[in-house]
Amino acid sequence: MRYPFPVGKSDFIQGDEAIARAAILAGCRFYAGYPITPASEIFEAMALYMPLVDGVSIQMEDELASMAAIIGASWAGAKAMTATSGPGFSLMMENLGYAIMTETPVVVVDVQRSGPSTGQPTLAAQGDIMQAIWGTHGDHSLIVLSPSTVQEAFDFTIKAFNLAEKYRTPVILLTDAEIAHMRERVYIPKPDEIELVERKLPANEEEAKLPFGDPHGDGVPPMPIFGKGYRTYVTGLTHDERGRPKTVDAEVHEKLIKRIIGKIENNKHDIITYDAFELEDAEIAVISTGIVSRSAVRAVKILREKGVKAGLLKLNTIWPFDFDMIEELAEQVKKIYVPEMNLGQLYHLVKEGANGKAEVELIPKIGGEVHTPMEIVERVVG
Amino acid sequence: MYLKSAYDIRDKYLRKDMLPTIFCPGCGIGSALQYTLRAIDDLGLNPDEIVWVSGIGCSSRVPGFVNFDGLHTTHGRALAFATGIKLANPNLKIIAFMGDGDAAAIGGNHFIHAIRRNLDVTVILINNFTYGMTGGQVAPTALKGLKGTTAPYGQFENPFDIADLAVSAGANYVARWSVFNYLQGINSIKKALQKEGFTLVEFLSPCPISFGRRNRMKTAPELLRWYQKITVPLSKAKKMSPEELEGKIVIGEFADRDRPGLVREYEEYKKRAKRMMGWEE
Repeated sequence: MRYPFPVGKSDFIQGDEAIARAAILAGCRFYAGYPITPASEIFEAMALYMPLVDGVSIQMEDELASMAAIIGASWAGAKAMTATSGPGFSLMMENLGYAIMTETPVVVVDVQRSGPSTGQPTLAAQGDIMQAIWGTHGDHSLIVLSPSTVQEAFDFTIKAFNLAEKYRTPVILLTDAEIAHMRERVYIPKPDEIELVERKLPANEEEAKLPFGDPHGDGVPPMPIFGKGYRTYVTGLTHDERGRPKTVDAEVHEKLIKRIIGKIENNKHDIITYDAFELEDAEIAVISTGIVSRSAVRAVKILREKGVKAGLLKLNTIWPFDFDMIEELAEQVKKIYVPEMNLGQLYHLVKEGANGKAEVELIPKIGGEVHTPMEIVERVVG
Repeated sequence: MYLKSAYDIRDKYLRKDMLPTIFCPGCGIGSALQYTLRAIDDLGLNPDEIVWVSGIGCSSRVPGFVNFDGLHTTHGRALAFATGIKLANPNLKIIAFMGDGDAAAIGGNHFIHAIRRNLDVTVILINNFTYGMTGGQVAPTALKGLKGTTAPYGQFENPFDIADLAVSAGANYVARWSVFNYLQGINSIKKALQKEGFTLVEFLSPCPISFGRRNRMKTAPELLRWYQKITVPLSKAKKMSPEELEGKIVIGEFADRDRPGLVREYEEYKKRAKRMMGWEE
C-alpha cells in the first residue's frame, strides 16, 4: 500500500500532523470533524491524506455530528477518529457516552486549550482532564492517554487505536496546543514495524447473538459489525447481552455497567503506562502528565544538582488511574508535587491515591504558558 | 397491487421476542412500519444489506422490533450516525426512522445538512405534531393553536413544514401522506428506497393518547377525520390561494429528482484527489 507521506524515516512535523499520520498507519479510514483551534491541523492533514488511501474525511455540521459519524463508521467496520478542542469536546459528551454504552471502538483527540467556554483558543492548557474522564453522564469508564512530545503524540495515537479495538471502547488522546503546534523530529515507522490490534469479531453465530455478552470471560464481547447478516440491534438504552432494551431491570443495568467498567479496571495494568525518572531513592516526587512533564524532568535534574533527592513520575495514561501505585510512592517519599496547567485536576487523583501517606502539593499554572523548570524547583526548595 | 397478509410480513421481518411493541392503541407508527416492510418485501431487498437507524422517541424504537441491523442512537442524531455508516460501507442501504421532534427540533441541523450533502438514506418520518414518548409536549411541526403539555393554551409559534424544508434543502425525493394513504405510502417508500441520495417519506400519524386526547380527538378515527379535513392533495392545493391553504397540510409528491448522492460524489472526489496528486496512471 502506498502512503501519502514518507515512512521508515524521520520527519520534522507538528504534533497535529503526527497524530494524523499515526492514525492512517494505525488503519484509521474514517475521519469526521469540525474545525477548531488548535486541533484543525489534524483535520486538514486527514482531508489531504484520506482520499488517497481510500479512506473518508468529512466535515460535519458540528461536533455532535462528528462524534455520531465516527460511531456509525465503527459499526460499519471502520477504524474511526475525530479531533477537537475543549468547547467541541464538551459538545461530544452526549455521543461519547453513547460510544461507551454501546462499546464502540473510536479514537477522540482533544487538543486542550484553556476554558471555560471559548477561553484561549491558541494557547495550551490541561483543563480537560476531568472532562475527559468524567464529562459524560452516568457511571462509566474509558481510556485517556496523554503525550508529552510530538513523537509520543504519534506513538500514543497508534496505541489509542489498539486499545480501542482491544477493549471495544472509546479512547481519548488528551494533548494540548503546545504539542499540537510544536515541530519536532518524529520517526514515522514502516507499516511492518507497527503492531496493530484488530477488534474481535464473532467467531460463530452463537457469539454474534451476544453482542453485549461476555463469551470469552474477559469482559470484551466480539463486535458483530453491520452488513454481515448478524442482525444486531445497538441501543444506548440499558440492554441485555443480546442487545435488547431492559430499562427498568436493576440487575441487567448493574451487570452491564459493571462489565463495561470492569473490562477497563480489570485490565488496567495492561492499559496503564508511565515513565519513572530518578524515583528509586527519591524523597520528593513530582507527578505530572503531558507537556508539563518536560519542564518537570528538567526541574528534577536541577533539584538533584542542588542535592534534593527528587524524582519524576510521568503519567502516560490518565485513566484508568493506578491509585495503588501512587499510594506506594507516597509511602516512599515525604512529599509529592503536582505541577499542572490548570487549578488542580490531576492533583485530585494523586491526592486520593496518596491516601494521606504523603503530603501532596499542587503547582498550578493557567493563562496559556507551560511551567518553567525553575517555577517547579522554586516551589520545592522554597 | 396484491397485498400479502400482514401476518406474513410480521413473521418475516419482526423480532418476535421483542413483541409486543411499545405503541399505544390507535398509534400510526405500526402502519408506517408495515408500509416500509412491504416496500422492502415488494422490492425483494436483502435484509442483510439494510441498516435501520433512529434517534429517540416512539418511532425511534422501530429498529428494535425489526430483524435487521439497527442503531438506536441519541435524540436527533440518527442522520449523523447514518453518515458514518453509509460512507464507511456504501454497500449498506440505510433507513432512518424518525419522529418530527427528533428530525426537525433537536436534529434540525443534522437533518438539513444530511439533505444538503444528499446523504444516501431513506427517511421515514413520523409526524404526529407532538412528543409522544415524553408525554405530549408540542413539536416544531404543531400547527398554530394545537395544544400540548408545554403549550396548554395552544401553540403560538409557527410550525415547520418538514417536506417543504427537505425540498428546499435539496432532497432527491420528498413525499408526504397520512398513514391512511396506504397505497400511496407504500409506493412512495418503494420509490424512495430505489433512489440515490436523500429521500424522505413523511407520514402524518395519529397519536390519540398524547396528542389527540389534548386536542379533542381521543381516538384514531377522530384523528382520521381531522386529517381528511386538514390535508389537501398537491394538485388541488396548486389552485388554492394562500388564505385558503391556511391551517391545511398539503400531501403528495413534492420532489423527484436525480442529483448525485453523497457516496457517488465522494467516490469522484477520491478519484480527483488521486489525479491531482499524480497517483493515477
